[in-house]
Amino acid sequence: MTHRAEQPVQSNLLPLSGHKLELDTESLFRKLWLIAVITVLIASLVLPLSALLVHSFQDSDKNWVGLSNFITYLTNPALTHSIFNTITLGLIGTVVIISTAFTFAWCMTRTQLKGKSIFKGIAYIPLLTPSLLSAISLIYWFGNQGVLKEWWPFESIYGLSGIVFAISFWAFPHALIILTTSLKQQDARLYEASEVLGAGPWRTFFTVTLPGCKYGLISATAVVFTLVVTDFGIAKVIGGQYNVLATDIYKQVIGQQNFSMGAVVSMVLLIPALITFIVDQWVQKKQQSMFDSKSVVYQPEPNTTRDAFGFVYCTLIAIVMLSIIVMAGYSSLVSFWPYDLTLSLNNYQFDMMDGGGWGAFTNSLIMATGTMVVGTAFIFLSAYGCQKIDVWPSLRKVIHMLSVIPSAIPGLVLGLSYIFFFNSPNNPLNGIYGTFLILIISSVIHFLTVGHLTMVTALKQLPTEIESVTESMKVPFYVTMGRVTLPMTVPAVLEVGIYLFVNAMTTVSAVVFLYGVDTMLASVAVLNMDDAGDTAPAAAMAMMIFISALAVKLLYSGFSYLLLKRTDKWRYG
Amino acid sequence: MSMSSNLKTLCAAVAASSTLLLAGCGNDTAELGGSENGITELTVYTALEADLLKSYSEAFSEDHPNIKINWVRDSTGTITAKLLAEKENPQADVIWGLAGTSLLKMKSEDMLATYAPENVEKLDSKFRDNSKDPSWVGMDAWVAAICFNTEEAKKFNLSKPTSWQDLTKPEYKGHVIMPNPNSSGTGYLDVSSWLQTFGDDKGWDYMDNLHTNISRYTHSGSKPCKLAASGETAIGISFAYPGAKLIGKGAPLDLVIPSEGVGWEIEATAILNTTDKMDAAKTLVDWSITPKANKLYNQGYAVVAYPGIAQPVEHFPAEVTEKMIKNDFEWAAKNRDEILSEWQKRYDGKSDPKS
Repeated sequence: MTHRAEQPVQSNLLPLSGHKLELDTESLFRKLWLIAVITVLIASLVLPLSALLVHSFQDSDKNWVGLSNFITYLTNPALTHSIFNTITLGLIGTVVIISTAFTFAWCMTRTQLKGKSIFKGIAYIPLLTPSLLSAISLIYWFGNQGVLKEWWPFESIYGLSGIVFAISFWAFPHALIILTTSLKQQDARLYEASEVLGAGPWRTFFTVTLPGCKYGLISATAVVFTLVVTDFGIAKVIGGQYNVLATDIYKQVIGQQNFSMGAVVSMVLLIPALITFIVDQWVQKKQQSMFDSKSVVYQPEPNTTRDAFGFVYCTLIAIVMLSIIVMAGYSSLVSFWPYDLTLSLNNYQFDMMDGGGWGAFTNSLIMATGTMVVGTAFIFLSAYGCQKIDVWPSLRKVIHMLSVIPSAIPGLVLGLSYIFFFNSPNNPLNGIYGTFLILIISSVIHFLTVGHLTMVTALKQLPTEIESVTESMKVPFYVTMGRVTLPMTVPAVLEVGIYLFVNAMTTVSAVVFLYGVDTMLASVAVLNMDDAGDTAPAAAMAMMIFISALAVKLLYSGFSYLLLKRTDKWRYG
Repeated sequence: MSMSSNLKTLCAAVAASSTLLLAGCGNDTAELGGSENGITELTVYTALEADLLKSYSEAFSEDHPNIKINWVRDSTGTITAKLLAEKENPQADVIWGLAGTSLLKMKSEDMLATYAPENVEKLDSKFRDNSKDPSWVGMDAWVAAICFNTEEAKKFNLSKPTSWQDLTKPEYKGHVIMPNPNSSGTGYLDVSSWLQTFGDDKGWDYMDNLHTNISRYTHSGSKPCKLAASGETAIGISFAYPGAKLIGKGAPLDLVIPSEGVGWEIEATAILNTTDKMDAAKTLVDWSITPKANKLYNQGYAVVAYPGIAQPVEHFPAEVTEKMIKNDFEWAAKNRDEILSEWQKRYDGKSDPKS
């Protein structure tokens, strides 16, 4: 198979027998496939980021100024103070999130508490909300007119403590997914050994459980730290005068249209994101060897104290999660907080306010659907290229590498790099600036990594014999792909699709720089309405995003259940 | 159009492997098309309040149904910065409703078309560009005001401030919110009026003292008043329009016009000299100074450009007109960059509230 694939391309030009010509066309097609994928990745990731890098060394008239932007930046105390703030926030936020999420994951995997699936479902709710929702809800709980203002243990929610609380809600499920997987993968034989050797539960915890999931912990820490330091929506809504790097980029670019300074701050923000990315990559390589075919899955025994603790803890977390959502919903229905608490739909009259009206919501649905369709198609094609197309192994490695990088690029940085690249008058693609297409492309790239890895894993699970057999039957590879590979990976395709839809609905960071006159989005509207002081309408729009993401998610669950019953019979024999 | 044909080439290339992506592109290239059915679309940049835009464009399209307005709205500082940043490749055709100081800055950057709209001589001379090459025309004036929440004041036992100086009293510590002048036009007119009324040194001293009482600075100029209306803060330094409107909605607010006098700013209109829709742009600007338009402005603003139109606005303090300071817009426009960067150095992000 490789032998045939590596035939020189020019032989295609020679008059050949029909059979040989077919094979050569196929080999050319394979190469074109990979070229198409790498072209898209270069145009939508490599070139924009390079443009950003170049701009950090230029002034606003595009003259080369060397390091002078960086010097201006470092000599402005208002800006450099944000570095310190960002690190403080990153450290505190990460400790809070990892410790709460780890305890929750431990309860899910090491106790026999009742209602695990309900608790899990509640804990994943934040994935369906824009990050701003938790910050807005917090204002109604603990703000100066908050229902439970006196309960807030710090002076005011506007500042570090408010950001930490709100972001803990939002980033919680991201940590939970990684930690649960890691705890599940621990070998039950180690626990037996520990028990036989006479170790108590605490000793077992510190000598088996913790060391066993150290890679999961490191990986979750890296992911959470990146989320905390790169999110700007929460810091914007509830940060008060607590400036962080992410809000500085926004202020420089949107507030003052100082793009060069925005590029400089972006470079600074890339440093922690890249470090955590490298750590995460290193950990994932290590982790693969932890669980092998001889390992036994741990099944917790009933234990009254442990189970009771698990139940109480998970109930507390669930109450906090639900109260955030409930308050956002309630406050969006209150006519005039706090002086007129009658319920009405006034705050849903988006056309009378800043933020783009109901059109913004429709636009978000269009954009999220577009991201789902285009993104799923592209991710399948590129993952298939990486995994199944047997030419140019080094190019395929590059494609894989480029597909993993976006997880380390903060959305704001990606969005800003798109302004530089696509809004340049010299770029033949600048016509897409301000259209839905640029929003869709940026969202696909922003959320590429998780989709790519999901798809690659699914493709890896398929037996390679499929290709060898169909090849020997002289079936072209794309027919095999369409008739065998694609149907067999339907669950992964659906999963990637829904992941892209939900994230495109809720994201603000990349798109906040890219929306145009006709393409205002709901998530950006939430931000703008809050900016204008229309907090309750902002809560209303955030609820609309949550409700539609939830509806689509439920629809997907039902749909995939039916579809799997039809197409997935082979899995269960 | 070469850009859209290039776009199609890209689509075709990608479509070799994805018909779905082609469908995605196809839809969007269609949207790039210009005017259809004889309707001209104007991209209008504005810093007007969002709730006003709809009534303005509805009234305009009654008279000119063949012109469609696409609004791009943000706060004054942001729209100003956006226009300046896009200087090489301007996206806007018309600016309708932006601070006079911002337009003066753009005039000095040679971005505005010279145009004296029909009947401009009928406007109050304060509201028009009296130079040889007129390039902007005024709509109305917006006036600074303090939004004071009486309920919160009772709760914290705060007396009602009557002057700017009052706001520096220790009793108000943590109870005052004002807009960040770097992004908000209202913020800048406050800062500029303090520097003009108190003098340079005393003006900055005043802001140093005020800063210790401020709990935070906001992006937009109406937000402090809305926060005061909802009791998030007792005192919001803002402008009169949102305050009057919120009182109408039942907010427990008093509008205070400080005794030293208040800063104010003209909201004005201009045409970008790069527009390729000059006729439609002129039609819009002509319309923007008609009595009909001025009546609309009067819904929110007590002082409008067309003499004899203005009626008292509900819940609007009557003494506003006489308290407006003698404002030197040339000075405010010329020193804008310098003042703003000084302000940022002194107050932005240096003092974080303990939390």
